[in-house]
Amino acid sequence: MNPYASLQMLRNELDSRALSSVELTQMYLTRINKLDAEFNCFITLAEEKAMFQAEQADAQIAAGQGGALTGIPMAHKDIFLTQGIRTSCASRMLDKFIAPYDSTVAKKLNHAGMVCLGKTNMDEFAMGSSNENSYYGSTKNPWNTEHVPGGSSGGSAAAVAAALVPVTTGTDTGGSIRQPAAFCGVSGIKPTYGRVSRYGMIAFASSLDQGGVLAHSTADMALMLSAMGGFDAQDSTSADQSMEDILALTRDSEGFALSGKKITIGLPKEYLQNLTNAELEAVYQNVQSVFSGQGIEFRDVSLPHTHVAVPTYYVLASAEASTNLSRYDGVRYGHRCESPKNLEDLYVRSRSEGFGEEVKRRILTGTYTLSVGYYDAYYVQAQKVRRLIANDFTKVFSEVDLLMTPTTPSPAFKIGQLSKDPVEMYHQDVFTIPASLAGLPSMSIPCGMQEGLPLGLQLIAPHFKEALLLKIGNLFQQHTDWHTQYPETGQNL
Amino acid sequence: MPKMIIELEDLKNLARLAKIHLEPDAEENSKTDLNRIMQMIAEMQSVDTSDIQPMANPLDAVQRLRLDKVTESDHREEFLSLTDHAQHGFYTVPRVIE
Repeated sequence: MNPYASLQMLRNELDSRALSSVELTQMYLTRINKLDAEFNCFITLAEEKAMFQAEQADAQIAAGQGGALTGIPMAHKDIFLTQGIRTSCASRMLDKFIAPYDSTVAKKLNHAGMVCLGKTNMDEFAMGSSNENSYYGSTKNPWNTEHVPGGSSGGSAAAVAAALVPVTTGTDTGGSIRQPAAFCGVSGIKPTYGRVSRYGMIAFASSLDQGGVLAHSTADMALMLSAMGGFDAQDSTSADQSMEDILALTRDSEGFALSGKKITIGLPKEYLQNLTNAELEAVYQNVQSVFSGQGIEFRDVSLPHTHVAVPTYYVLASAEASTNLSRYDGVRYGHRCESPKNLEDLYVRSRSEGFGEEVKRRILTGTYTLSVGYYDAYYVQAQKVRRLIANDFTKVFSEVDLLMTPTTPSPAFKIGQLSKDPVEMYHQDVFTIPASLAGLPSMSIPCGMQEGLPLGLQLIAPHFKEALLLKIGNLFQQHTDWHTQYPETGQNL
Repeated sequence: MPKMIIELEDLKNLARLAKIHLEPDAEENSKTDLNRIMQMIAEMQSVDTSDIQPMANPLDAVQRLRLDKVTESDHREEFLSLTDHAQHGFYTVPRVIE
């Protein structure tokens, strides 16, 4: 069986009994055991539970009770709570934490019959753009192991790129699905804020965090999203919106048809005017000609507040993080220091030993911007600028259906290249952050190569228009083969 | 050198508020990093936001109300089992009252 097979191909194999879920699960576990020492995509493997789930899936399929995803292996970013399997969030703080309940996403995918192989590596508490902030060591980019896979969902992206698993979950706060998808040459979607439940998804910045998918194609992402998304009363910010558009994509082969609708894509000039990467510009031109050949029109548009998106994001995300992470006090769960002298010592030492450098940096930044006398100047001002950024998008979406930009200014950088400079690292997310602030659905798909490393194309849609995003992405993938190019390592396994 | 708005004393106060201990040899680097971050953030402060309402939720959603009915069951034992420091149904911490 080709480990890079699409979910539909895996479905056909399982339904025709050419392959059992147990065999499929064993195949991917073998690949992980042989290859992951090099890539470090997984923090925790759940082999025993996976084999049990695979046996159950085979029984369901035999009884004719299987669904579209029954028996298909997947892995969760280690930020989603999974009952009985460690959820570390790549932090020493949660190194021994085994959640007593499942996140809604884990529950829904279990219910869909998927087989969870384990938990993927990430930047600690999802804070980072390179995976270098993991307590369990960096994940390596399967295209070139001297380079980062991106972050924070770097383990999830690299695991799909190396075909250690067909599909993974991820989370995106300022680009944490799209940037690693771009760096690893896979497809990744961050749905509209509120589309996928945050219940049981460890909180980083609650007004921005959103769960999503990393996969080989838009078709695979549509299948996953249809099972993961939807209203959840247990998440107070869950959006009560119909999933019908996304479900319709998965029903038959005509689901992705645009049915004659005229599509106009906007090209935001602010994203391109400072681009210094000539090769990326050429790739981007090529993408436009692919779309033009399919009758899609382009229009230049302006998002005038783009240049303040990164600072705005770092005020909001750090402030929310400092508040959210105050729950780690060493008392109820998580790391507790040895022999505390008093209660204050227990709090301070547990947190200081449990959190890594970047997490502490963001907690301190957030503590500063929320402190007395600074709150209005920083936090409230950032919330106001956030509205201006969101208004820019609302305005251009009255003229165009979608927006298109490069996902990142360059391909994956080298491990260690930016790790000493937090501000330069923060600017890696310059193209992904604006859509996050506006809560918009956004996707990255592979669109070219530079010096042997993949480049990503970002598409952004109005709220709850994930189906349109996936249809346009699918159109691109039907006329290009970037998404079916794979790194050399492990191809012959 | 970037303009310092956070001095060493400010940093120590922030660490105290955040309940984080900074090693003395890491303080200087932390101070430099934080000042660079705040310098980047300053760019946002020059934006004219008069008459703009703050945005707390990207969908401008407000908290939903639900029926005033108990929906949670008791998970006391499960939650206490997450730490090695629980006794008689309570979490234990160092003595607070002398």
